[in-house]
Amino acid sequence: MTNIQQAAIEALPRRTAPAVDVRDLSKEFRRRDRKLGRFAHRKRVALDGVSFTMQRGETVAILGQNGSGKSTLVRLLSTLLLPDGGSAEIFGHDVVRDARAVRRLVNRVSVEASFFKKMSSSENLGYASRYYGMTSRQTRDLIPQILGRVGFPPDRRDEPMESLSRGMQQKVALARALLTSPVVLLLDEPTTGLDPRSKLEVQEFIREIRSSHDSTILLCTHDLAEAETLAERVGILDRGQLLAVEPADALRRRFGATTLEEAFFAATGRAFEADDEEDDEDREVFA
Amino acid sequence: MKAVLGNMRAELVGAGGVVERNAYLTKRYIWWDVAWFVWTVANTLTIVFIAKGIEATGGSLDVNETMTTLLIGAVVWAYLGILFEFLMETVAWERWEGTIEYTFMAPLSRAMHLAGQGVFAIAYGLVRAIFLFCVCAFVFFSLSIPDAKYFPAFVVLVVASISFIGIGMMMSVLPLISPEKGTQLGFVAQGTLLVVSGVYYPVSVLPEWMQWIAKVSPATYALDGIRKAILEGQGLSALWSDLWPLLLIGFVSIPLGLWVFQRGEQYAKRHGKLKRSG
Repeated sequence: MTNIQQAAIEALPRRTAPAVDVRDLSKEFRRRDRKLGRFAHRKRVALDGVSFTMQRGETVAILGQNGSGKSTLVRLLSTLLLPDGGSAEIFGHDVVRDARAVRRLVNRVSVEASFFKKMSSSENLGYASRYYGMTSRQTRDLIPQILGRVGFPPDRRDEPMESLSRGMQQKVALARALLTSPVVLLLDEPTTGLDPRSKLEVQEFIREIRSSHDSTILLCTHDLAEAETLAERVGILDRGQLLAVEPADALRRRFGATTLEEAFFAATGRAFEADDEEDDEDREVFA
Repeated sequence: MKAVLGNMRAELVGAGGVVERNAYLTKRYIWWDVAWFVWTVANTLTIVFIAKGIEATGGSLDVNETMTTLLIGAVVWAYLGILFEFLMETVAWERWEGTIEYTFMAPLSRAMHLAGQGVFAIAYGLVRAIFLFCVCAFVFFSLSIPDAKYFPAFVVLVVASISFIGIGMMMSVLPLISPEKGTQLGFVAQGTLLVVSGVYYPVSVLPEWMQWIAKVSPATYALDGIRKAILEGQGLSALWSDLWPLLLIGFVSIPLGLWVFQRGEQYAKRHGKLKRSG
C-alpha cells in the first residue's frame, strides 16, 4: 500500500460507512426522435431504482448485456453523470454533493483504454498523476514500478500509445488507475476485446490488486467466468434493474441453476448473449 | 491550515499537469504547428499587402504606418485564435481522444484545470505572436518603426489575455453542448469580438451600436494600447487608459467564464454528453 493510499484511507470520514452505498439510483436519457415529431424526444431508462452496498475490500461483479446500464452505473459512481433519483455514496461521501472527495477515492478502467495516442505511456501516466496532486519527483520511480507490475515491457515506455496493442494499452490503463491508489476501483469491462493471453494477464493483475491492496472493486462485465472467479458476489443487471446481488453459489441455488448462465436466463428470461430486441440496440446508445 | 496548504499545493501541481500535457502534445505535433504557422504568416501578409495595394492604385496614405496598423490587427487576430483554440480543445480534443472522462473525474478543480490550459495557451500564443510580428515586420516588409516600445505593448497583450481567457472559457463550453459543431462556433466568437474592436480600422468608423459593443470588448483596448506603444512609442503610464478597462473586464470575465463552463459541465453530466460518442 502506498503512502497516498494510506493517507486517503486515514482521511475517510466515516470508518463505519460502507465502501459503496447505492440507494434507489435511477437515470434516464433523452434523445431527439424526428419520427415522433419535430421537437419530440424519446426517453430511455438506463438505471431503474438500483440499490446495493459493498463493504471495504469486497469485490462485486455486475453481470449484464450490452445496454443493461453497467457503464451508466460506473459513470454515476465516477461523478461523470448526475443521477435523476436516488443516491450513491463512496465511504459516506455523496457522489453529487461531495464529488471532489469521491474523486480522490475512486478511479476507473473502462473498456476503451483512452489516452493521448501520440504521447507515450510514461507521458500519459505522468500528466494524469499530476491531476491527483502527485509531483514528478513522486512519480519518477513509481511509474516504471507500476508499469513493471502490470507486465509492461520497460523498453516500450517511450513509444507512442498508438503503436501499442490493445492488450498493452489496457495494461497502461490499469497502471493509470492504480497509480493514484484508489480506495474504490471501478472496472467497466476491462477485458472485453482482449486476446485470451492479455485477458488472462489483466485478470491475474486484478487478483493481485485484490490481495495486495486495500481496494474495493466493482467489476462490470459480460464475462460470466470472469465474474465468478474474481468476485465474492455477483449482481445481475437487466434493462436498468438490479435483479440480485449474491455469491455465485447462492445465485445458482436461488434460481435452481447449475451455471451462472442458466441463473441469468432464469432471472431475466433471456439468454445471456442475446441482444435480440430493438429496444436493446437503442438502449446501448445511452447506457 | 496544513490541509488548506496541502490542497492548494495539489491544485497547483494539477494545473502544472495540464501545462505538462500540452507541452508533450505541442512537442509531438510540432511539424503541424510549423505548417499552421506558415498559413498564419500567409494570411497576415494578405492583409498587410492591402496598404501597398492602395498606394499602388493611387491612394494617398502613410504606407509604413498603415502596414504596421494592419500587422498589429492581424497579429492580435492570430493570437486570439490560438487562445480560443487551446481553450476549446479543453473539451474537443479530449473528447476525440476519449480522455475527457478521466480528466473530469480527477480531483482537480475546474478553475485550476482551466487555469493550466490558459497559462499554456498564453505562453504558446505569445511566442507565436512575437515570432509572427517579427517575421512579417522585419523579414517581409522591413518596416520602419523607430519609436516603437515593445515592452509596454507586450504588457498590454498579457493583461488583455486575462479577459480573452475568460471569454475563451465561455466558448469552450460549446463543444460540451454540441460535440459536432461547438468548436466552429469559437471562430464566430473570435470574429465577432474583433470586428467590433477595430481590428483593421478605427472603432470610430463603425455604426454607433457597434461602437457601444466595442466599449466592453477587451480587444478594443488591446489593439488601441498596442498600437499606441508600437506606433506612437507610448510608455506604460500613458497606456493606463487602456490597461484599467482590460483589468476590469478580466476581473469580470474570468469568474463569469468559469461559471458558464461549470453550468455547461452540469448540463453535459445530466445528459450524458461527456461520453466519447457524445
